[in-house]
Order: sequence, then structure tokens, then C-alpha cells
Amino acid sequence: MCGIVGLYLKDAGLQSELGALTRTMLGALCDRGPDSAGFAVYGTEIPGHVKLTLRARKQFDWEQALRQLTDISGTPRRETIRDTHAVVAVPVNKEVAIRAQIERTGGVDIVGSGRRMEIFKEIGRPDRVAERFGLAQMTGTHAIGHTRMATESAVTTNGAHPFTTGPDQCLVHNGSLSNHNAVRRELIRNGLSFQTENDTEVAAGYMTWKIREGASLDQALNAMLGELDGFYTFVVGTESGFGVLRDPIACKPAVMAETDRWVAFGTEYRALVDLPGVENAKVWEPEPARVYRWERC
Amino acid sequence: MPTIDLAKTPLRELNAALHRLTPNGRELWRVLNPRGQHSVVAGIDAPVTVEIDGHVGYYCAGMNKQATVVVNGNAGQGVAENMMSGQVRVRGDASQAAGATGCGGLLVIDGNASARCGISMKGIDIVVKGSVGHLSGFMAQAGNLVILGNAGEALGDSLYEANLYLRGNVKGLGADCIEKPLRDEHKSTLVRLLNAAGVGNEVDVNSFRRYGSARSLYHFHIDNVGRY
Repeated sequence: MCGIVGLYLKDAGLQSELGALTRTMLGALCDRGPDSAGFAVYGTEIPGHVKLTLRARKQFDWEQALRQLTDISGTPRRETIRDTHAVVAVPVNKEVAIRAQIERTGGVDIVGSGRRMEIFKEIGRPDRVAERFGLAQMTGTHAIGHTRMATESAVTTNGAHPFTTGPDQCLVHNGSLSNHNAVRRELIRNGLSFQTENDTEVAAGYMTWKIREGASLDQALNAMLGELDGFYTFVVGTESGFGVLRDPIACKPAVMAETDRWVAFGTEYRALVDLPGVENAKVWEPEPARVYRWERC
Repeated sequence: MPTIDLAKTPLRELNAALHRLTPNGRELWRVLNPRGQHSVVAGIDAPVTVEIDGHVGYYCAGMNKQATVVVNGNAGQGVAENMMSGQVRVRGDASQAAGATGCGGLLVIDGNASARCGISMKGIDIVVKGSVGHLSGFMAQAGNLVILGNAGEALGDSLYEANLYLRGNVKGLGADCIEKPLRDEHKSTLVRLLNAAGVGNEVDVNSFRRYGSARSLYHFHIDNVGRY
């Protein structure tokens, strides 16, 4: 099972509603993936800064940990604490020092980074996870979400989607890969590192590696068709774009819809029914083995 | 004319009401706001007509007997799955496995159908005005699959005795599926089905090619069928 949603806004007037729309989409697919949920939101960039999404246990003393980071960055604090996660914007030239400090701080992990991407995931029912993080209040240009029914690895926060292996890059997956161990070994030889035994993290890593080697999003997704074996519908996000890829056998369901204001992906049409103007949207099933993508100039 | 708004009425109530209809109930029902729900109007056994305004989820009109169901929108996976009789019409596109395992009746899809259209069909007739995805007619046993557009890879893979009629191009034939002559009896079948689908005047039956089973994968040999 598992459920995927993705929403890419063409109309800037909808950006204040991105979180609310994504929450409704995610909530509609609770029964496809009640184990855990997660989402990535591409929000506002702060010039000269990189956003680090941090995660800690419940009731963690963020105040103390974040104070130490402020001392290093030497700039006013720019952070948002959301339940077990905190998003901290740090000056680009202090990123290395701040990452080192976080690694010294026990109990805090960096779970994502980028100019615009913020990423949140936890175990539990997707609608409750969205509520805990305040998804409905988030704003931005595009968002990707996932509701997980675990098959290939354990129900843990680390096993929840989206997976991110590079700045502003994330990937969600419905399906299971069969050659992920071999591909993971190859990627490790190429200098990537992985946090889990999860198959989806390998797909995210492969995309990151291809983009790092100079591929466009389009080229990276096309390369995945040749390299990854198994069942998959992927939805990926980058700083400027949004892409969809289904395996050639198309085992996993997928629906897309588009109006002049937005493009949306849902594992089922139920996820799309509350989007503004969906009744007049172009609604179609993405073809197997064909890359779909939308990118901002 | 009963009108059911699924934004207000639970789907189970609608389906239960349709299941209570007597075999001579001939009303016209309208269903509003299906919002992609699954199993909309599945399991009817009465000669009613049901019009659904909007996109439906999986298994719409599954197991249909006698009823005429019209979907003014797209249908999710398995529309008219295991239909026994009656007619189901999708005005938009249909997702995978449209008409799967259908035993009778007519399924008309005005748009495209994706992968595995007519998989394991057992006597249903299916007319797709657009194109179909890969593995359509997989293990199809009986009935007719008429495709006005193109077909994806592995058309008619492991086919039994269903007839596949294709007007456009096929990406590739599945195992044991071959082109066969389009004889008069097949043309008259096509005329009947195209008329039923409302396009009899627009489409020339001579523009179709017929595909069927080479009968080399059977566990029994068709020439021996009289001995069983």
C-alpha cells in the first residue's frame, strides 16, 4: 500500500495555503499508510542562509541546544520548533561549524538541509503527524508527503518517508525495490552515506548521486528507470521542481491532476478532491516508465 | 428519480438501497459527488440506470447484473470488475484492470484505459474508444475486446479464446497471441458492438485487425475439446 501526495503551485497566490492543502491530501490517504507519515515543504529562502531540519526525542531541551548554535553563527536566531523537529536557518559560511556542533550535541540529528526544504516525519497516523507539526500553517511553493505501510524495513521514524540524501532533494516511494543492496554498495563506493537499511533511501541516494554528477532532474529520473529494479511510484522534490516516475509495469497506482494554478499527484483520486478547481482539472493516470516533471525557471 | 449526494449520504447506504431493488425496478438514479470513493454502486442486480457525476475510485459497478451505469468522469482500478450483464459506460478514462474477469454485459470506455484492460475476461464485451495500456487482454478467456486506438506492450499475453480487435498500432504482442483473419462473422460482431457503443456510423469495421490465441500454451488442445 502506502500513499503519496504531491502539490506544486503555479499560482503564487496559493502559496499561503500550501500546508493546508497538503494536510487535507495527506489525511485522505491515512488508510493507505497508517504506520508513519512525513512531508517536505519548500518554503521561503532566507538569502545567505541554509536551513537545517533537526530532530530530537520528545521533550528535548531545544532552548539550550539552539543557544549554542547561535553563539557559533553570531547572527540573530532564526528557528522554528515544531514538536520533535526544529528548523534552523544558519549563515552559509557557518554551516560546517554548526554541523560539527550539532554532531557534538547528543540526541540531535540533522534530517534534512537546503535553501528552502524543510522535512518532517514521525511514526503514527498521518493526520495526527500532520497536526503535531502544524502542517496546515506552512507556506511555500511545493510539498511532497507520504503515508507509510511498512514492508521492507521497520516502522521507525528513520524509516518514514520522505528520504533526503542531498540539499533540497527528497523522494517518496510507493512500492519496494529488489536490487537496493547492490545499488547501495555501489553508491557507498561513490562516496554516499546512508542512515538506514531502507530501499527507498537508496533511490533517493541514486538521484542525489546523478544530480551531483551533473545530471538534470529529468536525466536523473530517466537513469533510475535503468538502474532500479522493483516496484515503484516515485515523487521527488528539488529546490525548483517536482517530478513523478512509475516503474514500467506500473504496479502501484497513481493519479495526476493539473489546472492553470497547480499540478498535483495522488496515489488515489481521493487525495485530490478538495483542491481548488479540481472539478475542472485535467485528470489522468501517468504512464509507466515516463518521466513527468515541473520546474520553476 | 432518486438522487443521492455522496457528500451527504454514506456510500454503504447508497449501495444497500440499490441492492434492495427488485428485479423489475427500472428507475433512473443519479449519484452526485462520488469524490473518488471505492466500490460505488457495486453489486447491483436490477435493470435500473444509474448516472454518476464525477470521478470514481476502485471497483465501480463491480459484479454488475442487468443495470446500466454511466460514469460522467474517470474511473479508478477495476471498473465493472466481474460484471455479469448490463452495461457500464465511462465517459472519461479508466484506470488499470477495467472489466477484469467480466463474465457478460458491455463495458464502454469513451477515453483511454490503462494497463491490463480486460485481464482474464470471461465473456464480457469491452469497447475502448481510446487506447489501452500494457498487458491488456492478459489470459482473456472469452468475449470481445475492441480497441479503437492503440495498444501497449504484450497485448493478449497467454490468451485463451477471447477475440481482440484493434484499429491502431500495437507495441507488441504477448506470448501465444497472433493476428488472425477478420472474417464476416467477426465483422458482424464488430458492427454490433460499435453500434452498442454509439460509434457504428463513424468507424469502418474493415479498419480493424483481429488478434487471438495461437493455442500453443493451452494445458489442453483445443482440437480435443469434444473429447472432454
